[in-house]
Amino acid sequence: MGRIQILSIIASLVIFSVVFNLVRRRRLKTEYSLIWLSVSIVFIIFSFWRQGIDKLASLLGIAYPPSVLYIILLIGIILILIEFSIIISKQAEKIKILVQEIGLLKLELEQKIEKLKPTHEQDPKEDPDKGKE
Amino acid sequence: MDPRVLIIIPAFNEEITIQWVVSELRRECPAYDLLVVNDASTDRTSHFARSTGCACVIDLPVNLGIGGAVQTGLKYASKYAYHCAVQFDADGQHRPEDVFKLVDMVLSDECDVAIGSRFVGDSRLHGTDLFRRMGIRFFEFLSIFLIKKRIRDHTSGFRAFSKTTIDFIMHEYPVDYPEPEIVVLLARNRFRIREIFTQMYSRQGGVSSIPLVKGPYYMFKVMVAMLVASLRPKEF
Repeated sequence: MGRIQILSIIASLVIFSVVFNLVRRRRLKTEYSLIWLSVSIVFIIFSFWRQGIDKLASLLGIAYPPSVLYIILLIGIILILIEFSIIISKQAEKIKILVQEIGLLKLELEQKIEKLKPTHEQDPKEDPDKGKE
Repeated sequence: MDPRVLIIIPAFNEEITIQWVVSELRRECPAYDLLVVNDASTDRTSHFARSTGCACVIDLPVNLGIGGAVQTGLKYASKYAYHCAVQFDADGQHRPEDVFKLVDMVLSDECDVAIGSRFVGDSRLHGTDLFRRMGIRFFEFLSIFLIKKRIRDHTSGFRAFSKTTIDFIMHEYPVDYPEPEIVVLLARNRFRIREIFTQMYSRQGGVSSIPLVKGPYYMFKVMVAMLVASLRPKEF
């Protein structure tokens, strides 16, 4: 077992355990950790199974086997980033709906309060210029 | 029963014009309800709109963009079952008396969406600079290609929507630069769109939602949005 192999085993195990720990301590939601965990598992597999890289390279017709690693890494990163964009879009949509709902509710509340007010009483709403002195 | 009409006025930092716009609208169309959607302005837009005493004001807690503000108004219109909703810019570039033109077309069931256009029936390209004209022209050709319909003023923010249209678009409304995309989306779902000439004043105050530096971004975003909207599955 070469030095580089030991190093890559340790590195991929560290990535896996860091992600796993974040999930365990509820710092990272399980649904968002899945893609990280899968990518790190792929890395663990290939760091133990050295011939795997060569086999995959010849299967894909890649002359220089280590570049398979870069491809896997790149695909993993792209997948993660696309997932992030999806999550951001979903959250933006949810925030928008919430903001609009708050706006509508605020107006409704104002109107209800206005109705409850006795008619003889003058609107006690203060002038925004007042009290600034 | 008289048809109920809501005029939605999306406003972001329009303290100079909002008071004038609201009171002019109230004077011209006393039978219509006015709703100012204040898109988290940093100036006193909300205060001035309220001080007129003739419009409901929704203060959004966070800035959403023009589309998000209009959509809020559409949700209000749907919630209170208005028959027609009009989008009217707060910067005072539309004429209040033109509101009837659009509303009549929608209420008489001539169309589902009426767009107040700067160009229909009048060749003057009024109050627009060269780049803007080129952009508008480009959208015109894009819409012929995508929806087989010629819409001359895609960027107009002066529109009237029928009840069915309101219920359709209130669920899905783009946040920034929504106008051209909405046209494609509606045409694609077989809503009848008509343009009608309306006079535009040059801007009374405030700044355009499309500053020149954002031009390329705007063009690209709207182009993609129109393309995507034309390729979405029909919902009707």
